[in-house]
Amino acid sequence: MKVRLVDIAHARSGDKGDTANVGLIALKPEWYSILDRYVTQDAVSRHFDGVIDGPVQRYELPNLNALNFLLHGALDGGGTLSLKTDAQGKVFSTALLRMWIEVPDKEAASVNLTGDAR
Amino acid sequence: MKDIVRVASGQGFWGDSLEAPRQQVEGGPVDYLMLDYLAEVTMSILQKQKERDPSMGYARDFIGAMESVLPAVIDRGVRVIANAGGVNPPACAAAVRALVSASASADKLRIAVVTGDDLLARLDELIDQGHALANMETGEPLSTIRDRVLSANAYIGSVPIVEGLERGANVVITGRSTDTALTMAPLRYEFGWGAADWNKLAAGIIAGHIIECGAQCSGGNCLYDWKSIPDLADVGYPIAEAKPDGSFVITKHPGTGGRVSVPAVTEQLVYEMGDPHEYITPDVVADFTTIRLEQEGPDRVRVFGIEGRPATDKLKVSIAYRAGFKSVGTLVYAWPEAVDKAKAADRILRERIDRLGLRFDQILTELVGVSATHGSLAGDTPHDAPEVQLRVGVRGENRRDVERFTREIAPLVLNGPPSVTGFAGGRPKVEEIVAYWPALIDKRVVQTRVDIV
Repeated sequence: MKVRLVDIAHARSGDKGDTANVGLIALKPEWYSILDRYVTQDAVSRHFDGVIDGPVQRYELPNLNALNFLLHGALDGGGTLSLKTDAQGKVFSTALLRMWIEVPDKEAASVNLTGDAR
Repeated sequence: MKDIVRVASGQGFWGDSLEAPRQQVEGGPVDYLMLDYLAEVTMSILQKQKERDPSMGYARDFIGAMESVLPAVIDRGVRVIANAGGVNPPACAAAVRALVSASASADKLRIAVVTGDDLLARLDELIDQGHALANMETGEPLSTIRDRVLSANAYIGSVPIVEGLERGANVVITGRSTDTALTMAPLRYEFGWGAADWNKLAAGIIAGHIIECGAQCSGGNCLYDWKSIPDLADVGYPIAEAKPDGSFVITKHPGTGGRVSVPAVTEQLVYEMGDPHEYITPDVVADFTTIRLEQEGPDRVRVFGIEGRPATDKLKVSIAYRAGFKSVGTLVYAWPEAVDKAKAADRILRERIDRLGLRFDQILTELVGVSATHGSLAGDTPHDAPEVQLRVGVRGENRRDVERFTREIAPLVLNGPPSVTGFAGGRPKVEEIVAYWPALIDKRVVQTRVDIV
């Protein structure tokens, strides 16, 4: 089944220089494994293709049911140099939640992820 | 030794709620009031203020905050720790002292002033000694921008704050302390944690990270189930209730709004996170992958299991420098064809910029309501949009060109595409850009000093 991240995760983002970070947190602990398997560094890189200028790095925090993504070159120079509305990367969080992933039905069912999961 | 020490956060940045400090000391038992005023941008603003008036250069909101909590400090023994000193901690302390100078309680206020983080006057000496202060992101040496530097401060840790508390201070004022040290230092002092108690020091740092942004961990700016979070008009600021073993509970005063939950605390933990395995501070390297969270009761999240490692031999230095000028102008276009009208206005504006020969390093056009925050991820352009805001920003070295740009927005109202409004704010202002140069420096060259005044 196709799943949109906004239906299985919440997120917060911030900045460091020209890099935005997005912490992606499973809405239910049992859904962390889905994030871990399908929200890969490459998939997130493709998602932000054309939106950010640099590479994406991923870190895992299974203890918090969370992944942390660093989006390099996301802030148009960053901080005070940036002309962007979102110069400090505050809403890259929800930009990531727009992403769709494909989860095999059987795996989705095993973690009680159904069409009306939320 | 106390069994529990309560550190209350009363300010998440300079400009945060004016009432929060008083509410934190009056809403229930707290031992320490922690006030974080400094962001990178703040230091350069304060430096400019100090250049104009040598008695300024600190966060003036702190004086009002101190006035509002004086009874708690003087009569109930609450101690205050704040990085409100900015680039002039002694002047900040003098202003606090002046609040009580004529009163009977003057001798009950003991203020510790921490200095030594300000490296501005030492920059050339440091460069001569071989400290390149190269940009951590680009590797360029500081000499590239040396003549444009406004302020330079090392991020200092818990040691001088602990010294202030040991010497009996009930108010500790620092300059560029790390935000997290303001919370960790009183725990280290109260529980007698040693300089190599890495796990406990890391726990104190993480307690600081959670509460340093004020209500952002207690229901504010919380995406998880945001509609159900109660009474944000009276949001409760967070309190860390710490134990000697390094575990702590994040909570807030009873009867206040907001919500302290595992999801809310988790959102704050991942905020501005880099590599979670190494959150580097002057005192310890904390490992965020060891944190355990547990909802212990309503509005109570227990945090435990934290591990840390020895600190590095470097301190981060934040250097602010002048980096040109910028301005942002906006206009609103209404249905029908709002997006097309905004795009046409943008083309006209850019042609005007060309014809006038204005030179900018960058021109950025955004359509607010369409794609300003999520770019192409926002999907197809909404051709039936009720309205869209055209937002055009320019940045460049030449102030006159940026000034000239600000005169080109208003004429579009009569000269450009139709159905335009939203220009009542007048001509956009020109801002000088103060940019940041993050660098590292050998810890040994930064000597902090504590004075009791």
